[in-house]
Amino acid sequence: MITHLHSVLPSIGPLLPEIILSVGVLVLILYGAFRGDRSVEGVNVGALILLILTFFVVISGQGKVVTLSGSFISDNFSRIMKALILIGSAATILLSRDYFQRQRIDRFEYPLLIVLCTIGMMVMASANDLIALYLGLELQSLAAYVIAAFNRDDVKSTEAGLKYFVLGALSSGMLLYGASLVYGFTGTVSFPGIVTALNGEPAGFGIILGIVFVAAGVCFKLAAVPFHMWTPDVYEGSPTPVTAFFASAPKMAAMAMTVRVFIGAFPDVTAVWQQIIVFVAIASMALGSVAAIGQTNIKRLLAYSSIGNVGYALIGLAAGSEEGIRGVVIYMIIYLAMTLGAFAVLLALRRKNQMFETIDDLSGLSRTHPWLAFSLAAMMFSLAGIPPLAGFFAKFYVFAAAIKAGLVTLAVIGVVTSVVGAFYYLRLVKVMYFDEPKAPYEPMDPGLRIVLGLSSAVVVLFFLAPAPLVSAAGAAAKSLF
Amino acid sequence: MIGLSHYLTVAAILFTLGVLGIFINRKNVIVILMSIELILLAVNINLVAFSTHLDDITGQVFALFVLTVAAAEAAIGLAILVVFFRNRGSIAVEDVSMMKG
Repeated sequence: MITHLHSVLPSIGPLLPEIILSVGVLVLILYGAFRGDRSVEGVNVGALILLILTFFVVISGQGKVVTLSGSFISDNFSRIMKALILIGSAATILLSRDYFQRQRIDRFEYPLLIVLCTIGMMVMASANDLIALYLGLELQSLAAYVIAAFNRDDVKSTEAGLKYFVLGALSSGMLLYGASLVYGFTGTVSFPGIVTALNGEPAGFGIILGIVFVAAGVCFKLAAVPFHMWTPDVYEGSPTPVTAFFASAPKMAAMAMTVRVFIGAFPDVTAVWQQIIVFVAIASMALGSVAAIGQTNIKRLLAYSSIGNVGYALIGLAAGSEEGIRGVVIYMIIYLAMTLGAFAVLLALRRKNQMFETIDDLSGLSRTHPWLAFSLAAMMFSLAGIPPLAGFFAKFYVFAAAIKAGLVTLAVIGVVTSVVGAFYYLRLVKVMYFDEPKAPYEPMDPGLRIVLGLSSAVVVLFFLAPAPLVSAAGAAAKSLF
Repeated sequence: MIGLSHYLTVAAILFTLGVLGIFINRKNVIVILMSIELILLAVNINLVAFSTHLDDITGQVFALFVLTVAAAEAAIGLAILVVFFRNRGSIAVEDVSMMKG
């Protein structure tokens, strides 16, 4: 009997991280439901422990295992993306505590939604067929819509939630329509099955239409041009720690999903999707660097910056090679550090429960808070791609891969837009160091200190020891080819 | 004889109506929620039609998952809409415009 069951039941070992998180979040929900608002502290700590525990389970995994009848894959690529997702989520919980207490929206549901969202993102990174991909994506999105509107007595926050919901649902619909066409014209939903079905044949009209719709849905989730219009509004309206979350972990998951779909399912029809990705990359980089110039709100500025950064990361995908994917993974690692650092500084701009978020509020920060100003300056120089900071290496690896793949024009456009983009990053540095100081802000919360310290260390010291991260990214890329 | 292409055409029309409903509609947000449902139902018609045509059960399984998720999505959409209405006192599309992108 037992041996019979073994042959029927799928192996659940590779699912261990997801199972730990799912069971853990259910326990925390019960704890929260029984203790009500007195449980906030406990649920926060519990969620943080859960995420850290899962992180160690994820990085201890080895090899390439497929389970659940081929729906779920655990390989080096999924593990490194999951590790980044978990870091992003855990950092968000650290960044949120102080802010939520001061805004008096400190409820136990928030860390639970973050963890649920994280489970969805991890499934996205591990999906090996269209059904798993869709379910992971929806679990991530549904939780994200709710936390965007988490400050429910605030018009801006609820408006952000509503906008995110409408455009997110539309994008899921487009992705799904594309998925249905791909299923219909290949006869399978599994990624390896799609590769076999497409093998050798020129792509038909149905397949091309399906790929275009899937690409549109994916670009929505990545916030890449021309499907970026929700980003600035949602980023501005959501509570700031939630914005930090949207700019970090879900981007990792969306990028993991994009790579999985295009490299995992459509490697033989590169010609079809490469031109889409090239166009999206160029448009995102251009818009990201030009539209940010006129912004006065730092959250909106970081929204445009994230659009631009997705464009740079997509250069690596457009190259379609193992080196390109390595570039994408390195880019996402460094982008995560830069974004979390920038948001930690933004969250530190607080006086007596009032948050400040315009560029003017940064003026003279170097004299009132030298370390804060130094960290933000490091993030900005890094985002502008100035050596020896980490951002330079991030761009270097994707541009090098693009040139090797023959996409010289794309790389040149990337360099030009990053020079244009440097203008607004350096404007922040100028405001901090050369303008008249304002009244000092309150001291930072320990959670912010931890996140800012770690991310600054990665950004500033990356050049001393790039080898471990680069080789991990190389192993991740290798597992896809 | 009604064949696969007819089903696909109906689904394509419903999908287009859904997308247009989101972008052209200037009245209220409930219509947008209905348009989203229309898009998901168009996808389901596609999936079930392909599934029967290919004689493969996967498409129908996929359609069931889509139905379940659509229900959850509608619930969350309506909840966010209620919270928004409480703050703004209106669900007109033109009032969802505190922030301009």
